[in-house]
Amino acid sequence: MRLQVNTMLALYSVIEFAADPQRHIPAAEIAEKYSVSPHHLAKVLAELARAGIVESVRGVGGGYRFTANVRRLTLMDVIHLFEDLAPPASQRRDAGGPTPVDLALESVLSEIDHIAKATFSSITLATMLQLVARKKGGAPSEAAHPAIS
Amino acid sequence: MTVRAVRRGDLDEVIAIDASVTGIEKRSYWQRVYRRYGIAARGEQRWFLVALAEGRVAGFLIGEVRDWEFGEPPCGWVFAIDIDPKARQAGIGSRLLESLSTSLRRAGVRKLRTLLSRENTLILSFFRSQGMTAAPMIPLEMDLLTDNAHVEPLR
Repeated sequence: MRLQVNTMLALYSVIEFAADPQRHIPAAEIAEKYSVSPHHLAKVLAELARAGIVESVRGVGGGYRFTANVRRLTLMDVIHLFEDLAPPASQRRDAGGPTPVDLALESVLSEIDHIAKATFSSITLATMLQLVARKKGGAPSEAAHPAIS
Repeated sequence: MTVRAVRRGDLDEVIAIDASVTGIEKRSYWQRVYRRYGIAARGEQRWFLVALAEGRVAGFLIGEVRDWEFGEPPCGWVFAIDIDPKARQAGIGSRLLESLSTSLRRAGVRKLRTLLSRENTLILSFFRSQGMTAAPMIPLEMDLLTDNAHVEPLR
């Protein structure tokens, strides 16, 4: 499963919000941190707000705040908002339908897909924050906040 | 809450918790498991632990050390964990797992593993929250009853 740019941006944003759930974080702060355009990020945050994962607070000191349950929200809950998770259709469109090679390749790709989905579904935001905390200290700062492209 | 080795008198509550979670009562299975893991002789490196809250069994865990499977050094395995649905979110699973981990460390074991269905996201999430990650191994299976399979009946 290859994640799109918007999905990665959503994951980075949700982790930022979940790490400090009391704080209203301005979208511009996240846009600057991950070197993405504020306009692009606004679309992602609007989708997260529609899903009830964050809420928008207007005015001075406004921004976005985490509103989900860190022990229940999984990476998959975020991913499915931005990705089409339907099983991959056969790449070949011959008149005779999929060949045995198509079907065999599809079954291998499907195995990989199932494992990826199970992994994302089993990792909550609370677990992600634990992983981030464990990585802190050892990882260089550039790796902690990469530009998303 | 206390964690201790299972006793015969706990078995009915263990069976009831399992039945409430899985929807199937498996009394004879649990009696076999108790004989194998609940009354294991010292040094056999098997653990059948129960967590007691307010005098009742609120959860249980079963684990063991497995030696040299496919060349792997001795490794701890959890193969059952269940918490009474009414007693969840209280750290009982964490206490049970920590108790097993402590016993395994004392036995000189350096890894703890488990295996469960990828559909079981609740328990997968629990193990992830305890620090477990994907192991460097891949579970495999095959259908034994295919269209071409011919099974001779036992005589």
